[in-house]
Amino acid sequence: MVKKKYTYLLMVIPAFVIFFTFHTYPALQGIFYSFTDYKGYGNWDFVGFKNYLNVFQDDRALSAYGFTFQFAITATILVNIISLLVALGLNANIKFRKTLRATYFLPFILSVLIVGYIFKFMFTHLLPDFGKALGIEFLSSNILGNPDLAWIGIVLLAVWQSAAFNTLLYLAGLSTIENELYEAADIDGAGSWKKFWKITFPLIAPFFTINMVVAMKNFLMAFDQIVALTGGGPGQATESISLLIYRGGFEGGEFAYQSANAVVYFIVIVVISLIQLRVLERREVK
Amino acid sequence: MTGKKNWKVTTLLILGSLFIFFPLYLTITIAFKTPQEMSGNLLALPESWSISNFLTAIEMTNFFRALGNSVLVTVITVVLVLLTHSLVAYAIARNMHKKFYKFLYFYFISAMFIPFPIIMLPIVKQTSMWGMDNLIGLAFLNVVMQLAFNVFVYVGFLKSIPVQLEEAAIIDGASTWQVFWKIIFPIMKPMHATIAILTALFAWNDFMLPLVILSDSSQYTLPLVQYAFQGQFSTDYNLAFASYLMAMLPMIIIYIFAQKWIIGGVMRGSLK
Repeated sequence: MVKKKYTYLLMVIPAFVIFFTFHTYPALQGIFYSFTDYKGYGNWDFVGFKNYLNVFQDDRALSAYGFTFQFAITATILVNIISLLVALGLNANIKFRKTLRATYFLPFILSVLIVGYIFKFMFTHLLPDFGKALGIEFLSSNILGNPDLAWIGIVLLAVWQSAAFNTLLYLAGLSTIENELYEAADIDGAGSWKKFWKITFPLIAPFFTINMVVAMKNFLMAFDQIVALTGGGPGQATESISLLIYRGGFEGGEFAYQSANAVVYFIVIVVISLIQLRVLERREVK
Repeated sequence: MTGKKNWKVTTLLILGSLFIFFPLYLTITIAFKTPQEMSGNLLALPESWSISNFLTAIEMTNFFRALGNSVLVTVITVVLVLLTHSLVAYAIARNMHKKFYKFLYFYFISAMFIPFPIIMLPIVKQTSMWGMDNLIGLAFLNVVMQLAFNVFVYVGFLKSIPVQLEEAAIIDGASTWQVFWKIIFPIMKPMHATIAILTALFAWNDFMLPLVILSDSSQYTLPLVQYAFQGQFSTDYNLAFASYLMAMLPMIIIYIFAQKWIIGGVMRGSLK
């Protein structure tokens, strides 16, 4: 029995050491440097909470948070509506079921960066042509070049790319619902609207929770989409928090300052995820 | 499912799938066009399907080297993940009643909510100091980054496997190692497939980690090459799109043949 105990330890210790060295330790280092004035090279001194105070007074950082929230909330809502609709469709008694499922899942396997470049081309060349031909003012110029509209382009790309995965999660949820429930509802004379709200939606509640939390978390961490479409521009209108930390940290010599920003960012993500879980899980029980 | 097919929903879904296919259609046609043809109707098919864009793009991006790099990183990552993460998850799943293992479980999976930027700056210093700013280091970091999610999924699956099977083997004199490799590892086959697919997709498409880790451009993976290429030749769309198409093609081909398992795997993974 003693031998067995050591075997289990032997199974986890290497992973624990590696994980600690390459994940926890760098994270602790990041937190440590956030209290210094380290530039990424050379000497450093402790500065206390100065970096943190500066993050909250930095217009560039605040606008990055503003943009990231606006983008993440819109994208999370849209992705969940679209994924749920598509999943309901794919779960219905349709023709070409397998082919359609395969089609709707395709975006999930493609690189966000490359799809982003393709979307960039569509926004820059194709949509303005359409807009002009149809006489639609709003579309006739490149929306990515407009500080007020560029974020919509990023939302569209993000939704196109990630709806696939969320659709599949909803499909997994829908497959757990027994058909008899619908048959019983049919006998009671329930319409499809009522069936959705009284049977389907409550029963896939856990999947709704997971989809909301995971989508929100992923969108808050958006990086590839923005690099591909706008590079944070025009100006800094679409600079996400990840992009700001990357740029400031590597190109701007703001190692310590962006470390503080990263800690704030981490806390924000954890708090939002926990609130979402709390609120959505309470709804589930009901 | 039998019975009357719902044609209304079928039609709507087919119309909706045009949104998926349209960007791909555009990519394929532009990749085969000449710059002259671009001035005409953007949606038209190319006049002559010339492969010269592809040949030029292969040369300019050193496509096969990048492809080799991506394959190398992905294969090493997947092999290491399957061997080590299943082992860790097994030890945790069978000892969940002990405080240490329970702590370990939550410690690992809490990493899912740690944004990469918080470790990005220190890890770049660390990897370059330890000579890990290369493909092997990248694969190694992928294994670390995927640990949280994979342990979560593996442990969920392992909980559903009855312990009696293992107890019988132990009475027959098998050691814990033998039980794992001879009984548990093979039983987990469907889960291995799911994990392998999701890990491979992550390693293949990841952009941020290679961007910060890799310092030598000869080690660039496919997404990174497209990034560098876009910076240099952003105006030659035909060349760029040929390059994009080639970078996406390996995954699309695999997907066409393996979509049944990929979709099934992800659905199963998400039911846990």
